[in-house]
Amino acid sequence: MILDRLARAFDDRLRLSPVVRKALAKVFPDHWSFMLGEIALYSFVALVLTGVYLTFFFDPSSADRAYHGSYPPLDGTTTSAAYASTVRLSWDVRGGLLIRQTHHWAALIFVAAIVVHLIRIFFTGAYRRPRELNWLVGVTMLTLALANGFTGYSMPDDLVSGIGLRIIVSVAESIPVVGAWLVFIALGGEFPSDEMIPRLFVTHVLLVPAVLVALISAHLAMIVRQKHSQFPGPGRTEHNVVGSRLYPSYSLRSLALFAWVLAVLFALGGLVQINPVWLYGPFAPAQATAPVQPDWYVLWGDGALRLFPPWEIRIAGHLVPAPFFPGVVLGGVTFLALYAWPFVERWCTGDRRPHHLLDRPRDHPVRTGIGVAVLTFFAMLVVAGGDDLIARLLRVPIYDVLDILRVLVLVLPLLTGTLAFLLARALRGSDAARLGELTRADLRAARRRSGTGRPALGRPGDEPELPARDRPGERVELWPDGDRWRWRYRDERAGVALLSNLEVRTEQEAADAARLAYPGVDHVVVPGPPPPSHRRARIALRRWGNAAMGIALLVAALRNRRKRDDVGPEDEPSPR
Amino acid sequence: MRRRPPVPDGPPGVTRRIALSFLASAAGAIGFAVTYGLGGQTQWEGICLAVAFAGLATGLAIWGRRLVPTGGYVEEHEGFTPPPDEQASTADVLTAPDSPLRRRGLLATLGLALTALGAAALFPLRSLLPWDRTAPVRALTETPWRPGVRLVNADGRPLRPDDVPAGAVVGVFPEGDIEAGDAPAFAVRLRPERFTRPPSAGHLDGLVVYSLLCTHAGCPVRLYLNGTGRMLCPCHQSSFNLFADAAPVAGPAARPLPGLPIEVGADGYLRATGDFTSPPGAGFWDRP
Ligand code: HEM
Ligand code: FES
Repeated sequence: MILDRLARAFDDRLRLSPVVRKALAKVFPDHWSFMLGEIALYSFVALVLTGVYLTFFFDPSSADRAYHGSYPPLDGTTTSAAYASTVRLSWDVRGGLLIRQTHHWAALIFVAAIVVHLIRIFFTGAYRRPRELNWLVGVTMLTLALANGFTGYSMPDDLVSGIGLRIIVSVAESIPVVGAWLVFIALGGEFPSDEMIPRLFVTHVLLVPAVLVALISAHLAMIVRQKHSQFPGPGRTEHNVVGSRLYPSYSLRSLALFAWVLAVLFALGGLVQINPVWLYGPFAPAQATAPVQPDWYVLWGDGALRLFPPWEIRIAGHLVPAPFFPGVVLGGVTFLALYAWPFVERWCTGDRRPHHLLDRPRDHPVRTGIGVAVLTFFAMLVVAGGDDLIARLLRVPIYDVLDILRVLVLVLPLLTGTLAFLLARALRGSDAARLGELTRADLRAARRRSGTGRPALGRPGDEPELPARDRPGERVELWPDGDRWRWRYRDERAGVALLSNLEVRTEQEAADAARLAYPGVDHVVVPGPPPPSHRRARIALRRWGNAAMGIALLVAALRNRRKRDDVGPEDEPSPR
Repeated sequence: MRRRPPVPDGPPGVTRRIALSFLASAAGAIGFAVTYGLGGQTQWEGICLAVAFAGLATGLAIWGRRLVPTGGYVEEHEGFTPPPDEQASTADVLTAPDSPLRRRGLLATLGLALTALGAAALFPLRSLLPWDRTAPVRALTETPWRPGVRLVNADGRPLRPDDVPAGAVVGVFPEGDIEAGDAPAFAVRLRPERFTRPPSAGHLDGLVVYSLLCTHAGCPVRLYLNGTGRMLCPCHQSSFNLFADAAPVAGPAARPLPGLPIEVGADGYLRATGDFTSPPGAGFWDRP
């Protein structure tokens, strides 16, 4: 009652109801892979919340400060204020360690969710027109997430992060002509400078998060405007979205996901120690520890630094040191390639049409092959980032591991890429539903086709959609519901019935919406709401995989059809 | 006001499961507050908050799946090719006769003004450079080592030649500049007859001093493999052969460690006779 009054009070002043009604009815596709972006979003929220709390206690300064507190080994020692306040935050601020560790775990999961989200966008071709813009925004957010992770990691001024920062600074110094100037502009002096920590701090808590908030807003606004893409399926076309409505089902489930993310983050933050800076000790230029591995999302860069041979070039008396290639060039090429990919693909395939139906990885073997090869390459770099651990674990000389990895990082991507290409092609060419169902003949056929002509870039779905009159069994039903109109789509053959997400005022509006969603499908007006669908029964069926009941349903359906044939066309409501 | 239909019951037991989840969540939240109040304990705080959010999550998830319609809805998509007349009329608005967009000359000068403003805004970035205005190349090339500076250990105590026993690596710093980022070095005593290449900075009866900073990316090369005369960098496993003037022998480093020329002063302490033989640490464009 109170809610009701409040809602009315707002609506009387702002006239929100039409917008809200449409927004609440927005349809979201029901597929697990659409949750990845949400996990990233919710981890970002967790980062901001925990980060603000940390900001109250963290002192971003390299000035000397004595630590007095309950961590005995450091009690009474003088370190930088940044380090001392991080130790105090971990040992003396009640709840501080939980929040600090949760913040760090949230950062790891944030970047992980972004990367997996990007992988799903890539393999399903979701970045094709009209969504290229959102791909660009997304890649930018990935770079910012990496930057914020690294600046945050470096701020506590502990030994491990100090060494990491020194390596990054060295990589930046390797840039021809401007490297040293860039470093000096960033740090206000030679590493380790006094300005360093305050500047990292401003970047970490203000600059990058502000830009991220702006970009996340743009990202979401574009998704709302362009609507979600969806996987192909019965009743799903390039002109509609099929799934659950935002309210109530999707919002409940999405809030549940938010709570899950927080639950996992707090469980990790409470139970799994991460970045125990008090054990590492404060940064000192002459100290080092081994083995050192950075957070996972920088590990590929570290691996590349380890693998790249000691090649440096001199140009007219100037030096281009070795880290330039694995550090700057590899990173630059990676992100440029990511930015360029949608346009490169469009240029190769010549496909400029808008796409709202997603590809399955098999639909586009070349893309799948390239994606798998690149992922393998980066996975190998991550492995190389732990080459000292591998050598220690296997008790083999480190330089043997290095030599093997140098070969594998180049060879393995070619192998996996080709394999993925062939499998995707075999899957596309056969009617196997999943990998396990492929026959040897399918594989042979895929290989043979690869020998002839140019690789197939297109896919069957790229042909124009079939006109509706060639797809019998489909129709749109409209009916009045009180003073409102609703419609639904039915495909008897596929056994689907989809309800319109919104009630509208007039029959005309309902018909217009249905025509947009299903161009060319016949409309009929029916007297009232159709009987409840048997969706739930079908879900139960699928879940238990009861073959007997499936057959029974089939028989029933056949009988039904025969009966309908008996009735004859006069009894059908007249098509409009 | 329209009369509302009654709330349906939903499948049996579902509402009870949801309510139980929310109660578990409340218990977790209270547990967190109690733990905090009793003095705090990281593991329990984490578990309690995890239970609180997991309970919330389970309740909401069951609610969203079992009590409300899920799936089976369709929304139309207008597409993104606007009708040509719509696009044309928008264009007409933007290019009407009095439209600012049509005064090319003014637009050009406006563009000039904005470009100048943007370029001017870049100038204050220069203030981000060091206060003392040292040029980066000089700062990177020079270190606090200069003729006469005594070698001290990490505690600031000056070193004599016999403070460096055979087989040990001693970290050395310029007196008064222990904190300097580019100055750390190490002293080690080797048998001169095993030198395959004479140290470029010379040696005192096999006592040599080299920069501690890896020439790959600047990590301190802290690991000494005794007997082999190898220094190993813990960051990317570059290894340097001290018998061959600290030349890189494996891993990604490409340049030898710079040596530090030393002498024994009149007071019997070790002193530098100059700066490193080349700039320490990672390479850069203007490195001599
Ligand atoms: C946007 C994504 C963000 C990422 C990826 C991220 C990542 C990190 C990481 C990895 C650390 C090191 C934690 C540790 O010391 O164990 C850190 C620390 C910190 N972060 Fe963030 N963070 C993000 C956002 C924020 C925001 C929005 C704020 C505040 C408004 C913030 C405030 C802090 C503070 C104050 C610290 C230092 C805490 C400490 O002493 O450990 N962070 N961050
Ligand atoms: S910093 Fe020493 S090997 Fe890279």
